[in-house]
Amino acid sequence: MDVAEAFNNMSYGPAPEAADRVSTWLEDHRDASSLFIGGEWVAPASGKQFASKNPATGEVLGHIAQADEDDIEQAVAAARAAQPGWAGLTGHRRARYLYAIARLLQKHSRRFAVLESMDNGKPIRESRDVDIPLAIRHFYHHAGWAQLIATELPEQQPVGVVGQVIPWNFPLLMLAWKIAPALAAGNCVVLKPAEYTSLSALMFAELCQEAALPSGVVNIVTGDGTTGAALVSHPGIDKVAFTGSTDVGRTIREQTAGSGKKLTLELGGKSPFIVFDDADLDSAVEGVVDAIWFNQGQVCCGGSRLLVQEGIRDKLVEKLKVRMGSLRVGDPLDKGIDIGAIVDERQRQRISRLVQQGVDEGATLWQPENSCPDEGCFYPPTLLLGVESSNVVAQEEVFGPVLSVMSFRTQKEAIELANNTRYGLAASVWSESISRALDVAPQLVAGVVWVNSTNQFDAACGFGGYRESGMGREGGKEGLYEYLKPTLSDDQEQDIPMPTGTMTGAGYTIDRTAKFYVGGKQARPDGGGSYAVFNPDGDYQGLAGEGNRKDIRNAVEAAFKASSWARTPAHNRAQILYYIAENLDYRFDEFTRRLQSLTGVTRRKAKREVEATVERLFYYGAWADKYDGAVHQPPIRGVALAMNEPLGIVAAGCPDDAPLLAFVSMLAPLMAMGNRSVIVPSQRFPLIATDFYQVLETSDVPAGVVNIVTGERDALLQVCASHNQVDGVWYHGVAAGSKLVEAASAGNLKRTWVNHGRKRDWLSEESGQGREFMREACQVKNIWIPYGDSV
Amino acid sequence: MNIESTATKRSPVVMAAAPTVPESVSTLAEDHMLNPGTPLHLDWLDTIRINQSAVERRTESLKARRSLKKAWQAAWLLKAVSCIDLTTLHGDDTPGRVRRLCAKALQPVRRDILVDLGLADMKLTTGAVCVYHSMVETAVAALEGSGVPVAAVSTGFPACMSPLDTRLQEIRASVAAGAREIDIVVTRHFVLTGNWPALYDEVCAYREACGTAHMKTIISTGQLGTLNNVARASMVCMMAGADFIKTSTGMEAVNATLPFSLVMIRTLREYCAETGAVVGFKPAGGISTAKDALQYLVLIKEELGDAWLDPDRFRFGASSLLGDIERQLEHYISGQYSAANRHPMG
Repeated sequence: MDVAEAFNNMSYGPAPEAADRVSTWLEDHRDASSLFIGGEWVAPASGKQFASKNPATGEVLGHIAQADEDDIEQAVAAARAAQPGWAGLTGHRRARYLYAIARLLQKHSRRFAVLESMDNGKPIRESRDVDIPLAIRHFYHHAGWAQLIATELPEQQPVGVVGQVIPWNFPLLMLAWKIAPALAAGNCVVLKPAEYTSLSALMFAELCQEAALPSGVVNIVTGDGTTGAALVSHPGIDKVAFTGSTDVGRTIREQTAGSGKKLTLELGGKSPFIVFDDADLDSAVEGVVDAIWFNQGQVCCGGSRLLVQEGIRDKLVEKLKVRMGSLRVGDPLDKGIDIGAIVDERQRQRISRLVQQGVDEGATLWQPENSCPDEGCFYPPTLLLGVESSNVVAQEEVFGPVLSVMSFRTQKEAIELANNTRYGLAASVWSESISRALDVAPQLVAGVVWVNSTNQFDAACGFGGYRESGMGREGGKEGLYEYLKPTLSDDQEQDIPMPTGTMTGAGYTIDRTAKFYVGGKQARPDGGGSYAVFNPDGDYQGLAGEGNRKDIRNAVEAAFKASSWARTPAHNRAQILYYIAENLDYRFDEFTRRLQSLTGVTRRKAKREVEATVERLFYYGAWADKYDGAVHQPPIRGVALAMNEPLGIVAAGCPDDAPLLAFVSMLAPLMAMGNRSVIVPSQRFPLIATDFYQVLETSDVPAGVVNIVTGERDALLQVCASHNQVDGVWYHGVAAGSKLVEAASAGNLKRTWVNHGRKRDWLSEESGQGREFMREACQVKNIWIPYGDSV
Repeated sequence: MNIESTATKRSPVVMAAAPTVPESVSTLAEDHMLNPGTPLHLDWLDTIRINQSAVERRTESLKARRSLKKAWQAAWLLKAVSCIDLTTLHGDDTPGRVRRLCAKALQPVRRDILVDLGLADMKLTTGAVCVYHSMVETAVAALEGSGVPVAAVSTGFPACMSPLDTRLQEIRASVAAGAREIDIVVTRHFVLTGNWPALYDEVCAYREACGTAHMKTIISTGQLGTLNNVARASMVCMMAGADFIKTSTGMEAVNATLPFSLVMIRTLREYCAETGAVVGFKPAGGISTAKDALQYLVLIKEELGDAWLDPDRFRFGASSLLGDIERQLEHYISGQYSAANRHPMG
């Protein structure tokens, strides 16, 4: 094209990013096909390899080693060997390595960006301005955590060797999100990059060598899903961190159940993008571009559901259509391209299939005319209009540049529609009313909420989902805890053998009836059955209700209705906890005698337990209005509020050890943080808990906030763990029960906190109470609030 | 609410029925009356919502979203030249200085460079020459027959603190002296106090005084406090019949910026869609490099479309921008970095 022609049509013309250096690197590595294990490049045991392609051109970029179980064995062994040395370094020494990695990544940033775009198909603007800078920032930020960890997170230790499996949508960035916190906290890693996009991880391995990172601290094993499965199921792994689809996440939850492996999952989403009629509409349109046409829509937190207030719906859609007309789809290495290639033909077909299904179910398809190159794996930006909640494209993650448009009438309806999903990863709220935006954000069931913005990320801010979008956080202090564990004893919890004896005494005194406590009322067992309770000497203590599935269902229903507890001011929650303590203390002697009689302990020990229980109620009453969130400082003019939100409905199974204290030690933090609970007390000593509901009844506890069902603990907890309305399960009991709970939780991927049979000293102030309990009773929501109205 | 100002002598304009995208208007109408204006619709101001952070994100990201190389860059720079209001606004301007500037406007890029660009036949001039009133006659004479219009800054430029009659008289005098474009300033306190009817009346009065001359309304973005005010002031000026809305006098502490410009052109887009009229945009002050100019042109293309990449609808108010563009063009031709002294002074 000559200048005159360009002057007349004012087109952009090509602006290719230079790829020659990366081409040279690829040429050098074309036949390498090896794994990075123990600081060495080794050939895969099987000798197998697969091709990695540039989705924009179909060109084969290189061959990737296919690791199998033997290779995983080697890699885990290398990590295990390196683990003590790495954890033994001072935080400062680890900080130096992380700092070096950050620096080197920065020095090679363009090379990484170009490679990433070639391998993944994402526009160079994004890899250059988003992926790589954020990855660098993650290493810098965590170099800082390595430095501070000993003083800022005392009494925590590294988890150990971490198996990490990352997706193909942000290959290097997800690697950074996984490796940086793991290393900072003193763990060693075995990381498996995604099959489609392994190259930047291999380039990163070279960078680890350049940084002289000790051998075995980072191991990179490439391969397909079978490699990942071998890694997560390897017994030498202490923790699994996975980012990918919800289905695979569910499988990993099931596979790792009972293994004692710590787990974080970052899964799918169907995030709402809510536009109110008082929003800056032109900016909201640009927000949509960043929400769903960023990275070809292959973003787990992408705003794929546009919820727009009815009065402005048509206007916004018109503006969107005009804007879509200027999106440029094409060569990812062109600096003026907005939308690059879909990562693989299989993904493109999946997108097409879901869009077709959406249209079949009543949606209207709209795509701009300019659209796509003929060659390569591209998909045009797409609007689906007239989408109803029941449409597949309103429910299923498409993972492509496809926006489903829905409308709402009121704020209330917007929130209901937004939360009408199994996912809960992210949400975006657009309104120029601060009152409205800050009212809506906490009500959205999502781990990240962006006010008047979208798809913002920073190492200082936690990222992660509610519900089936996953568990755990990445980034910020909240993310660091995922790579640490408290120092606990390894003693195994044993259920005390069920005492037996002869029923005596019924009719001797006035018969006492221990019922369940459900929805603020005493309730009889659905099944109409009871079991006899004896003390260890065989003395009859009374009958306890035998709970079943329906009793759990009823208790959960009652808890569901008590949702206002989460919004009850912390001061009021504290007052109620203090009041429970007051009323328990009032009946101090009675509870002491009951404990003595039930468990056969000495009067001194029983007194000590009741005293400790009263104090524990004070402890969590004290914390109720003090366990604050944080205000993160991302690099924007604004803040990110890390709010500690209750999980919702939490089921808890209590141990036999210290039956009153343990019961209250679980109930009180859950209450303090705003959760409603369904508690199954010690199976052996349930009557102390049923006595306790009389205390609850006199202490202004709102109906449904605490529900107590007695019976066969592990069976009842399994019902809770598989109940889709339950948001979390706490279990302190035996190893087998822990496994049951973890496995059953996979259905809706609820948060679990189990002890894997490890004994806890409930009387101890170090392990019987503390921040750990509150952390487990909360999930962190990060609300990004950019601000500014002055020029 | 739909309040029509009582002071205006302009006839209300019948609204076009639900227009969506403005019709493309190829050239300026004879009398430059592209925008007939409308009654004052205060309700149009009520729906204005500008989120500053989002606007800044858009302009920041846009800088990196588009890239112009080689022939395209050269072509776009030539476009930028054609859109420059080559300006001198100094107390020590003399007829000689203004004549030299006019000569530069008529031959902004060295003839040999144009030849090397394959544009030997191109009649490249700047969009206009912009001067104070006392230099209008000189400039008109110097540009005689070229078709390059003379723009006069007016109405007590830059502060707008003189009596209204004086300001109107100044407009009439400049028009009488041959200025075909009048760059007016507005009373900022009308904006800062939300006195939109007063602002509307003032600009309507200017508009009438301009007659057939093309009116560019300078809103002095840097003094309006918020982007919402920038949008509201822009909207009121367009309702009052502005042919162009212009950011700044160049004399404020902060002049044209991409965020100001984005807000103004989005407001302009809204107005044009609502009325079917066409309004131009002129950022002024602080735009001094070729790179800046390209960023503005990209912004215009992306937000308004190609029809606005034309001196009829887009101008740069700039004095030193041309020099940098000339150097970049020579670099494109020769592959060597250029120097200021190789290009004739304006």
